[in-house]
Amino acid sequence: MRPVGWSTRRQGELRGWIAAGWGALGVLAVLVLWELYKFAGPSEGFIVGAVPGESGSGVMLLPRTHDRAMPHVWDMAARLFAPTSGGDTPPLWVSVAGAALVTLGIAAVGWLIGVAVGAVLGLVMQRWRLLEWGLLPWIVVSQIVPLIAFAPVVNAIGNQIDRGGGIWPQWLSVAVIASYLAFFPVAVGVLRGLASPDRIHLDLMNSYAAGYWATLFRLRLPAAVPHLLPALRLAAANAVLGAVVAEVSIGMRGGIGRMLIQLAGQASSDPAAPWGPTFGSIALGLIAAGSVALIGLGLANYRRGEATA
Amino acid sequence: MTQLAVHAAGVGKVFPTKTGEVVALTDVELEVSAGEFVSLIGPSGCGKSTLLRLIADLDQATSGTLEIFGKPAKRARIDQDYGIAFQQAGLLPWRTVGANIGLPLELHGTGRADRAARIAELAELVGLSDFVDRYPDQLSGGMQQRVAIARALAARPKLLLMDEPFGALDEMTRERLQSELTRIAAETSAAVVFVTHSIPEAVFLSDRVVVMSPRPGRITDVIETGLGDVRDEALRESPEFFDRVTAVREALHGTPVTRASES
Amino acid sequence: MTDADAATTMLPAAPEPSGRAPRPMPAERELPGWLKWVAPIVVGILILAIWIFWVDVLGTAPRMLPSPIAIAEEFVRRFPIILDDMTITATNALIGLVVGSLLALLFAGLAAAAKPVDGMLAPLVSALAVIPIVAVTPILNTMFGASSQFGRQAVATIAAFIPVFVNVLRGLRQTRPVHRDLLRASAASGWQTFRVLTLPTALPYLMTGLRIASSLAVIAALVAEYFGGPADGIGTAIATYAKSGRAALAWAYVLGGIIIGLVFFLVTSLLERLATRRSSA
Repeated sequence: MRPVGWSTRRQGELRGWIAAGWGALGVLAVLVLWELYKFAGPSEGFIVGAVPGESGSGVMLLPRTHDRAMPHVWDMAARLFAPTSGGDTPPLWVSVAGAALVTLGIAAVGWLIGVAVGAVLGLVMQRWRLLEWGLLPWIVVSQIVPLIAFAPVVNAIGNQIDRGGGIWPQWLSVAVIASYLAFFPVAVGVLRGLASPDRIHLDLMNSYAAGYWATLFRLRLPAAVPHLLPALRLAAANAVLGAVVAEVSIGMRGGIGRMLIQLAGQASSDPAAPWGPTFGSIALGLIAAGSVALIGLGLANYRRGEATA
Repeated sequence: MTQLAVHAAGVGKVFPTKTGEVVALTDVELEVSAGEFVSLIGPSGCGKSTLLRLIADLDQATSGTLEIFGKPAKRARIDQDYGIAFQQAGLLPWRTVGANIGLPLELHGTGRADRAARIAELAELVGLSDFVDRYPDQLSGGMQQRVAIARALAARPKLLLMDEPFGALDEMTRERLQSELTRIAAETSAAVVFVTHSIPEAVFLSDRVVVMSPRPGRITDVIETGLGDVRDEALRESPEFFDRVTAVREALHGTPVTRASES
Repeated sequence: MTDADAATTMLPAAPEPSGRAPRPMPAERELPGWLKWVAPIVVGILILAIWIFWVDVLGTAPRMLPSPIAIAEEFVRRFPIILDDMTITATNALIGLVVGSLLALLFAGLAAAAKPVDGMLAPLVSALAVIPIVAVTPILNTMFGASSQFGRQAVATIAAFIPVFVNVLRGLRQTRPVHRDLLRASAASGWQTFRVLTLPTALPYLMTGLRIASSLAVIAALVAEYFGGPADGIGTAIATYAKSGRAALAWAYVLGGIIIGLVFFLVTSLLERLATRRSSA
């Protein structure tokens, strides 16, 4: 029972801490389950339908538990502080942090491009219904197209521009591919948001003989904020995903995508190492989404109508 | 001695809120006889809906005793001694009209054949026999309320609880449904506790009108309508009707209203 | 939870139930309904025309972007092997979709019933929704062996789990108070209330979650192939042929991937429309 005398703000903060506490408990539960399975599970995993003598047959339903396949949680933590590739190289977590920052920067550029393109598309689609009918189905379909396909194309076009006298560094290709994943939620969010005002509010603006632009800035944009913020968050997460996949696809050095593949290839000799960039990717996604959430802080008044889950 | 449908003695309800306590009802004394039609009327916050919810065991009283047909409210609910209708018809949109009417029977294990027969009977009672296989979104507001009333009657209750069921309807539909309701109540000889905002509606339907007022919610007056058992359209235009409406209005205002002709 | 909710309902919502279409704005009342179908087709033809013009007529497109005609030819010619790989990827996606949805139903049910479970799951799912899940694929391949499809299926499972979980959990909480009062007044047991009210109310939300999850599962299954595992599936084929310069064949495989995604999307969209026809919205 919350103390009745506390202000609403303090109660809100308390709720935040309680939620964080439960979240930490959840993470702890996952770690405990991992170690429990390592302790109690079959060391060669649980395979269904294997043919004796034929290695690699059958379906493995539960993973192998020995340390090469599933390192202990504390081994993963310790590995983060050991040198990246032996000898004098900096600790793994430093390399991971560096690579993560590179990818974060590229993802940020991709996010900006995606937000710009998505916002323009959303604006245009809301203004002219015909364009919405024509473009929206293709925008939806565009997300089903695997973006791996575009990576070589974008890279090739980038190289052409670069060689032809323009400036197109390799990371820009990665950013463009990241923006491809980021623009979709923004386009849909902007479209929905701009179209969200009540009929009665639109009638009110009409009665003041307000034109399209006045209505846009005084009614539609403020009304769009609750739709826009989740869209920007999702776009940030997608931009990170796009950047990681594009890095692998193009083979760009310095980013976390390539580090993932590299260390995974050495997993048989260094099983805990791939977990470094994996944790780095997770942190990357959380930081990206969290940074965008900060944008929402200053817009509290516009979110008063926001529906709670 | 015929049992009282509702017997409330010293009933009170207090709600705890973030900013302190709200006294929704205090010291309610009410008796509703079997077959009697009683309306609860009063301004917002007077506790009339709260009282109805207490009778229905949708909320629990914080003080006093409340008995329905001599049993505690919870027992009466479990024994399905009453039927209830809300302001929103509350029909389940994925079920047909017939399935909606039969919902209480289905929940209590009535066999399919018996259910079908009873549904047909009830549909006829409210005049919706042709719509039994339609879905709620194909019906008008008035028709949906009729289905809700039919559903409330499904288990042949001896007590009907109604919380402003006609509140969302236009005046013409309201008057039509009021006539139907009195007819149904008379035919099934059920007691009715009816919550309303409308003075003419309360007077037209009831044997007694219970006037309530807010802060704290309490009963301030009980007015006998004495308009007899026959409630037809002609009644709405009779002097006795206007007289009773005036009496209820004055009770609601707390002071007599000076009539235009006397001054 | 608002973030994850809104995040996973980003795709256009299903149309509202019958009889409640929003009134069109005055300026758009003049647009005929058939344009809704014609407009995207016209745009599609336009895109195709520009593409063909750029590649075949101008000849200035990069080598990695072949003519759509060449792509169609390769697709038809190599259809048998393309189909083999399509089957692998589609199966992985389907397994991911089914298993992910079942797990989501289970956990959503638990979370709706027990607050501690909800407290622990909510932040975890919100976090899962923003991290690049495919980054876990190399680790999964190590755990389950590089010759197993399991890593890809696991990634598809996680990708499908998130939207279904979020939507089902929301649906389980959407029962209207008047309906809850009705069931209580009818002295319905907890199980009866669940069967008669909560389940039908949650069903349209489940279908929405499945629609969103279907595309995500296909994309996840495909992208996961890029991070290791057996040398089959659409993704590895695209990568291999793109690296070896056989552009038209690579794009023919892309076409195969698009077809899988479209099929999944259309089937689940249809299910969603059927389910929301008579919803409580």
